[in-house]
Amino acid sequence: MDFNDTKEEAKFRDEVNSWLSDNADKKEHAKDIYRPAEMSGEGESGESSALKDAKAWQAKKYDAGWACLHWPKDYGGRDATPMERVIWGQEESKFKVPGGFFEIGQGMAGPVLMLYATEEQKKRYLPPMAKGEEIWCQLFSEPGAGSDLAGIKTKAELDGDTWTINGQKVWTSGAHYSDYGIIVTRSDFSAPKHKGLTYFFLDMKSPGVEVRPIKQITGGANFNEVYFTDVKIPDSQRLGEIGDGWKVSLTTLMNERLAVGDASGVDFQEIFELAKDQDFNGDTAISNGAVREKLADWYCEQSGLKYTKMRNISALSQGSTPGPEASITKIVSANKLQDIANYGMDLMDNASIARDEETAIFQGSLLGAPLIRIAGGTDEVLKNIIAEQVLGMPQDIRVDKNVPFNEIPTGSKN
Amino acid sequence: MNFNFSEDQLLMKEEVKKLLDKENSVKRNRNILEGEEKFDKELWNQLVQMGLTATTIPEEYGGIGMGFLELCVIAEELGRGIAPVPFSSSVYLATTAILNSSNEDIKKEFLPKLASGEIIGTFAHSEKTTFPSESGISVVSKSGKITGKKVAVPDGDIANFALVSATSGKNKIGLYLVDLSADGVEIDSLETFDPSRSHADITFKNTPAQELSADAWEDIEKLLDQSAVLFAFEQVGGAEAAMNQAKDYAMGRYAFGRAIASFQAIKHKVADMYISLQLARSNCYYGAWALSNDAPELPTAAATARVSATKAFYECSKENIQTHGGMGATWEFDCHLFYRRARLLSSNIGSQGIWKDKLITSLEKSNSPT
Repeated sequence: MDFNDTKEEAKFRDEVNSWLSDNADKKEHAKDIYRPAEMSGEGESGESSALKDAKAWQAKKYDAGWACLHWPKDYGGRDATPMERVIWGQEESKFKVPGGFFEIGQGMAGPVLMLYATEEQKKRYLPPMAKGEEIWCQLFSEPGAGSDLAGIKTKAELDGDTWTINGQKVWTSGAHYSDYGIIVTRSDFSAPKHKGLTYFFLDMKSPGVEVRPIKQITGGANFNEVYFTDVKIPDSQRLGEIGDGWKVSLTTLMNERLAVGDASGVDFQEIFELAKDQDFNGDTAISNGAVREKLADWYCEQSGLKYTKMRNISALSQGSTPGPEASITKIVSANKLQDIANYGMDLMDNASIARDEETAIFQGSLLGAPLIRIAGGTDEVLKNIIAEQVLGMPQDIRVDKNVPFNEIPTGSKN
Repeated sequence: MNFNFSEDQLLMKEEVKKLLDKENSVKRNRNILEGEEKFDKELWNQLVQMGLTATTIPEEYGGIGMGFLELCVIAEELGRGIAPVPFSSSVYLATTAILNSSNEDIKKEFLPKLASGEIIGTFAHSEKTTFPSESGISVVSKSGKITGKKVAVPDGDIANFALVSATSGKNKIGLYLVDLSADGVEIDSLETFDPSRSHADITFKNTPAQELSADAWEDIEKLLDQSAVLFAFEQVGGAEAAMNQAKDYAMGRYAFGRAIASFQAIKHKVADMYISLQLARSNCYYGAWALSNDAPELPTAAATARVSATKAFYECSKENIQTHGGMGATWEFDCHLFYRRARLLSSNIGSQGIWKDKLITSLEKSNSPT
């Protein structure tokens, strides 16, 4: 039992490190993050400045052969092994580099294109995706279909070799800066729910696509509503067979679960430091037994996730397939985030209400946590997945199976 | 990187599992629980014959010279089988304490007999029903003899000898080896929460004792850290068995016209068990790494493994009963055997509050917890 690299891994890690050291600044503390250059005086928003920096960094990596490492070279990758990809991720995270815009494209759209697009399309779309030149979004959820994704109603009608799309998507991260999107639609309303879906990719600049940002409880607006009014998509941009959209969607969702990692925000370190500094009944909070018990629980969760990840990486290093253990990551980290944020504010007492340098991260995490518990599979959906796909328990008996979709009650009755 | 057990270790684990399955270890637990015997001698002898008591003892002392990693996989299987044997007392604790010691005479005398199963040892530490801090030891050692009372000593009425913590003067705590058949030893077997594992109060009156160390508090803390990893593996084994029982029962039990395993209320319950179990298992692996490398991280890693494994076994064993419904709360079903064992293992070597406090203390010392 060891944490040591093999000779090949160590060599690769050195190579990665030397390129990163030449091209980026190393973090001084683990929690250092990349901050975009000061907003320019030309009214540029923080996001577009961050986007510009992220695109520049991604292009730099691409040119040097460090983008989408595990993809085939023909599509802009490096033909790297899964372990090499992990090593790259571990080392890049030690540097202050921008990111956060390409994950959906590279993590979800890319793998679907690789499976279902034509060779010509793959050569056209994958390299710019890897390079960060073109950004992709995922148009799945709708107002009436979130966890129950197969309940979507956005309509696709074929006329000749052109599809016409009408409907509405929601919770689309990054739609406002995306160039392309993957979309699942309903092409047959009289077929049973899972049989009438068809999957496409489309140009987000197509006429009839309207993107409206959703202001979240954090005050930010990373998600959007996207409206489709008579949007045309050529049949050549269909991915998978007509009516096979559910199968294609599952490929995407599988990758979504791999792409969603730890929740970012306050973690054990922040609450530990706070408890050491914070006054509590005339002593430091950390000297209180009740506080120590809570800290211990969170440390155990954080450590459990860390070494769960290590067990997975170890499996990759040994050339075997990682087990399903990582399916617990998002549930545990999102709930831990929420509880630590809440407890931190509790420890700061009434002072926690004011927004200042110390409270901001706790306040932000408390407001952000609910979204993390929902996005990319709610806690409840993830628990179903653990029970059904990991432990082999049976699916729910469904009242909507084998019933024509247009006869199923949907949406909210409120 | 290989953050896993080796193929040989996993093979050994499988062999232990096969033996315990073949011998129906869970049924044997029930026999001990319901009967007059203090432990299952037949099963114990089989474990001895397999060489398991000799695992960590070097060949020069009659052992087979393997390491703590092998002991971790054995512990997990003993936990899965809730085996009614004094393995934790004799192997995790007594054997490890003697291996840690520099007293060559004691090593030569006791290790070969521990390896061969000829004798059984235990660690007598608790007093006045609480797990003692350094200032809480009242048993006294003086001129080679000890006097005082230890309570709820695991296997106290089975073991041939005990390692006893006692004050050695000048506010030091020493560690002493006492032959439990010696004069001045009074052993009172206890009725316990989990009768599948025997416990006894032991009173010493001027009982002759051999000194392992007169200044042993740090040694004792280390022994507890080492054994905490092994206890944690045992707890993970038990937790996994309980989770699987819940799942299997739910899949075969029909209500409202369907397997209850198809209800989300049950699925989410079992998923929660799985989450708790995976966190514990991963922490245990880190504990195993720290234990086998005698790493400076051992105090943190051991406490983390112990706290999360205690939590996992409690959660899995109680929700296993809940999943079974009324039948789970009957004497006839095995659920309570796991529930009892979970509680027992939580108390042996110090309860949750103590280990959580140890964990935070070690993080305060190390200054860089993550």
